[in-house]
Amino acid sequence: MPIWTLFGLKRGMATSSWPGKEDANLQTGVLGLPQFQPDRCQDGCRACAECCLPGAIGIEPGPSGERLTLDYGKCIACQLCTEVCPADAFRKSNDWAFGVRNREDLVWAEALASRPAQELTEKIQQCFRRSLHIRHVDAGSCNGCESELQALNNPYYNLHRLGIFFTPSPRFADLLLVTGSVTYAMREPLLETYNAMPEPRWVMAMGTCAISGGATGGGYSCAHGLEGILPVDMYVPGCPPNPAAMIHALLVLLNRAAQSVQGGHYVQ
Amino acid sequence: MRAATEQVLRPEEIPQACRQLTEEGARLQMAYAWFPEPGEPPEVLYLADRKPHEPFALLRCRLSGTEQSLDSLAPRFPLLGWYEREMMDLCGINFRGHPEPYPLVLHEGAHAVIPPLDPRYPHDQMVSFTAEPWQLPPMEGSDVQVLPFGPVRGDVLESAQIVFYYIGEAILHCHPRLFFKHRGMEKRFEGLLPELGVLLAERISGVDSVAHSLAFCQAVETACQCEIPERAKYLRVALAEMERLYNHLYYLGHLCHTTTLKVGEAQGKLLAEQCKQLNGIFTGSRFLRGLLKPGGLRRDLDLEALPQRLRKLEPEIAAYMRALETTNSHLDRLMTTGRLSRKTAFDEGATGPIKRASGIGRDLRSDHPYAAYAHLAMEKIPVRTDGDAHARAQVRMEEINNSISLLLQALENMPHGPVETKLSAQAGAEGLGWCEGPRGSTYYCVHFDGAGKLARVKVKSASFSNWRVFPFTVHDTNMMDYAINEASFGLTMAGCDR
Repeated sequence: MPIWTLFGLKRGMATSSWPGKEDANLQTGVLGLPQFQPDRCQDGCRACAECCLPGAIGIEPGPSGERLTLDYGKCIACQLCTEVCPADAFRKSNDWAFGVRNREDLVWAEALASRPAQELTEKIQQCFRRSLHIRHVDAGSCNGCESELQALNNPYYNLHRLGIFFTPSPRFADLLLVTGSVTYAMREPLLETYNAMPEPRWVMAMGTCAISGGATGGGYSCAHGLEGILPVDMYVPGCPPNPAAMIHALLVLLNRAAQSVQGGHYVQ
Repeated sequence: MRAATEQVLRPEEIPQACRQLTEEGARLQMAYAWFPEPGEPPEVLYLADRKPHEPFALLRCRLSGTEQSLDSLAPRFPLLGWYEREMMDLCGINFRGHPEPYPLVLHEGAHAVIPPLDPRYPHDQMVSFTAEPWQLPPMEGSDVQVLPFGPVRGDVLESAQIVFYYIGEAILHCHPRLFFKHRGMEKRFEGLLPELGVLLAERISGVDSVAHSLAFCQAVETACQCEIPERAKYLRVALAEMERLYNHLYYLGHLCHTTTLKVGEAQGKLLAEQCKQLNGIFTGSRFLRGLLKPGGLRRDLDLEALPQRLRKLEPEIAAYMRALETTNSHLDRLMTTGRLSRKTAFDEGATGPIKRASGIGRDLRSDHPYAAYAHLAMEKIPVRTDGDAHARAQVRMEEINNSISLLLQALENMPHGPVETKLSAQAGAEGLGWCEGPRGSTYYCVHFDGAGKLARVKVKSASFSNWRVFPFTVHDTNMMDYAINEASFGLTMAGCDR
């Protein structure tokens, strides 16, 4: 045993000081959801919509010809649109901090309403102050989201330092964190877990599958994520969202960080 | 089907042909069915792996219109048991004399109007489901207790239910109930172009994204007779080994978690995270997604600075593994835990590090080389014969060393040139693709329709094979060892359930 004590001491501390200090968030090079610049879009070109597997990019008739619609809540960050677009209207980006409180904020809006991004809700601050207990339920994921959730407890992200913990029992949980597109077989266990949680309780849809089904929604065995199944308080698109994006979303929920996305627009 | 030698047989000839193949030293790998024309009876295919470097053997048999049933081969070849049950659930084929004729992939109480893999199945119609009690082995004796554990388990774990029959600390029988996460992934490929199909393959098992997309791409390329550029082959090797590296390091950390070796756990997960960060830096994706496509790679990668980063990591990994192998408290919990005999491993279909830890020295990278593996010097395939948790960990440790060596070789010998070539899908083409992923062998069978779109894609994942084997190591053991044993298998539920 002493060798491990020594091993640990020699290794030193690995934990990142992000998000306390705005230094490295450990996501160098990691691609996020694509950036959209509709003014570059060429008339009559449908290349992006045709290659979008989950249907995040759509086409609808507008006042002056066809118009693109974009829903980041369906985007699986596959980057295909950025590769087929001849005009750079879709570009690769490092924008991954996409956690939002309202589903509409993931849908591209031509003009932004002037409302500020989500007022602080006093209720959540009163209830949870600076600590939060999470019960995770895998409702049919690819294990990508779980892999990143497990990473939150590695020495780099060390989620405990932020006062956020995973709990085995729904009775102690404040937040239900759901991954996956909700299969027919997981629907009941998911609802049972939710019903076993004391109020007040919150729900987070983690990953594109849990928001809308993404590439794995529908078909003979899946629902379209939590749509119509549970009320959602926090949406985190990504396939999967990286650990920093998950931490950011948890902090936005606790009013400890600002939301970066409004009407589909990413604001630094 | 290209990449395999075929025999087209009548249903009654199948058992004899399977016997003959195994007598010649082949091992059956999987079986599946598909519907070549809507409304017509299905075709059943059996895939077998012959000796190294010999082509795979494929038996095909078209069922007749009147009777959609076959003799079950599971009594003689137990590893086919799950494949047959899957065909019963999803293709509506009956297997006469099956030793476990219960639903597997679709749970008891799930009803589909017609078999879901039938091309006429209505789009987006979810199966109707009212939970029904499911078939459990009968158990007598007043002291025996039943513990259904899951599907929502502690920690951040994938959904599955494990039912234990136990007395005190002793487990009499373990009965996993899986497929809570069955997402119908194979059905989703229907009607897609291969460029989009690869996105689905990447999402069958997140931590095996490269293994699945690589096997899929190779199946499509074989079907379309497409030779990819040399540089793409080397890059594919690099990506596959990067995936093995972060998976195996995480595995070692998680194994320490179950033996409560805290610093060992932290260090294993820290090293895995460093590898994932390297993935992000060099490829843009921590899971190495969005890179492969049928015909090569989607874009070129600049991996020139990677060897330097790896060489920095190498001594850290070596020191970590040395420390693990000299920690008695850790080794005590692993040795003799969850023993899997060679015979059970072979008969029940174990694959990857699990079979290699039970004395079966096979590895698709050297037995049936793909991508650029034939040009690289492979170390000897790591094999152990103890078949316990320690053997499984040791095999993976040796594979970590081999992975680093292969990765460095691939990077050093990386040719210049293009990374993709044009691929044109051919109507009615069929192909087989394979890959030795971190968890074992992954096979893809791809059938195109008349319009050059995917008609049927069969996915054989490593976890599907190993979950079938796992309970054999749990019966007659004790509760204290269960978590260690499960961690030592290193399985994913998503890959198994699909």
